[in-house]
Amino acid sequence: MLNQIFARIQSAGGLLKANALVLTLTLSLFMAGAYAAESLPAPGSMPWWGWALALFVTCFFLGIVAVPSGVGGGVLFVPIVGGFFPFHLDFVRGAGLLVALASALAAGPSLLRGGLADLRLALPLAVLASASSIAGAMIGLAIPAALVQIALGGTILGIVVLMAMAKKSEFPEVAQPDRLSSVLSINGIYHDAASNQKINWQVHRTPMGLALFVGIGFLAGLFGMGAGWANVPVLNLLMGAPLKVSAGTSSFILTLVDSSAAWIYLNKGAVLAIIAVPSVIGMMLGATIGARLLHVLKASVVRKMVISLLLFAGLRALLKGLGIWV
Amino acid sequence: MSTINKESFVSEEQLRYATWLSWGARSGLLILVASFLAYVLGWLPARIPLEQMPGVWSLSAHEYLLQTGAPTGWHWLSMISQGDFAGLLGIAWMSGCSLLCLLVVMPIYSKRRDWVFVALCVIALLVQLLAASGILTAGH
Repeated sequence: MLNQIFARIQSAGGLLKANALVLTLTLSLFMAGAYAAESLPAPGSMPWWGWALALFVTCFFLGIVAVPSGVGGGVLFVPIVGGFFPFHLDFVRGAGLLVALASALAAGPSLLRGGLADLRLALPLAVLASASSIAGAMIGLAIPAALVQIALGGTILGIVVLMAMAKKSEFPEVAQPDRLSSVLSINGIYHDAASNQKINWQVHRTPMGLALFVGIGFLAGLFGMGAGWANVPVLNLLMGAPLKVSAGTSSFILTLVDSSAAWIYLNKGAVLAIIAVPSVIGMMLGATIGARLLHVLKASVVRKMVISLLLFAGLRALLKGLGIWV
Repeated sequence: MSTINKESFVSEEQLRYATWLSWGARSGLLILVASFLAYVLGWLPARIPLEQMPGVWSLSAHEYLLQTGAPTGWHWLSMISQGDFAGLLGIAWMSGCSLLCLLVVMPIYSKRRDWVFVALCVIALLVQLLAASGILTAGH
């Protein structure tokens, strides 16, 4: 009995320590961001390697919190790096797409093999979203940066509301598949390791899902963000795919959507290796740690921190775009 | 829902796609890291010296191109011996590795006479190729 109580106290202590660690890291990020913002732009005041290192460290922390909070790294990267680093938003968006793409590529194969990403569900949605992401990227590079900042700020604040209010459904009830999903045979079975059960799934409202993915792809290209924050609710709450299949398929869709938009940025000279590569490596290393901490951290605590972080970054983007906090 | 033993329900084309994507992603990351190290450690000369980057990375992409004369489209490939452009090789590889994955699953769909998904793969390929071609232009 005493041993059990002691073990529980130890476990609770470990949990508190881990959550405190993430809180400290996040607060450090806030402080670093605020400090960087105050000391901008003075490009000559810090050497190139200092910025590259700061970018790597920031992305490492972002990677840690991105996994347990359930948001992609790209959605954190663009507003935070765009708001607090001296890089032009064009290069930040180019790097943001690559951060999201690299994370999706790293996860994609195992998700496909495990049946948590479904090719038949993903392909029709990815085709439309890829095409619209090209349009988004082209428009994003054609309109003034201040306008993109304002729109980015507004979108991030919208994501904050979505994250704070959106519900999730582990196994949504789909009484009958719609005609289009039946024709395309969009359905499947996966093995849920947590419950050791075979889960049969099918989807409905496919035409509406396709229409929404056109918009999602456009935003992904325009802002250079991965679009997991929008993909998952559409797949899960609208189309009725199980939550795990929605999250896995969303990640896989990004391998196609973000690569289309990334080509536009690359062809327009909006990708600088010195910004993109430290970001990709930092985010991937951080995400590896984040995935390991997944079982220790309390997801709801991390999620609240990320919502606060996004609220701050969204306001910063909005105020920067409006010329109020430059 | 029913209780089962660990079992695979994954289609043949999905497994093939996963295998090719895995190789594409791994090789892309390897190229990315190797070329970046060659760039920052000075093993390859940089067209724009790293010390000068803080002076240009705050410019818009359009202004950056005007000021540095950096290439657009695929012209960077002709400058691959320079560190700053060698770094783009891994990025291009990672952006393009899905093309191969789409190509390798098409024969499986064709064999099964699943023409709708053959068509979807073709459209997805064309969209990716259009984006990669550099034909589409936009800018400030």
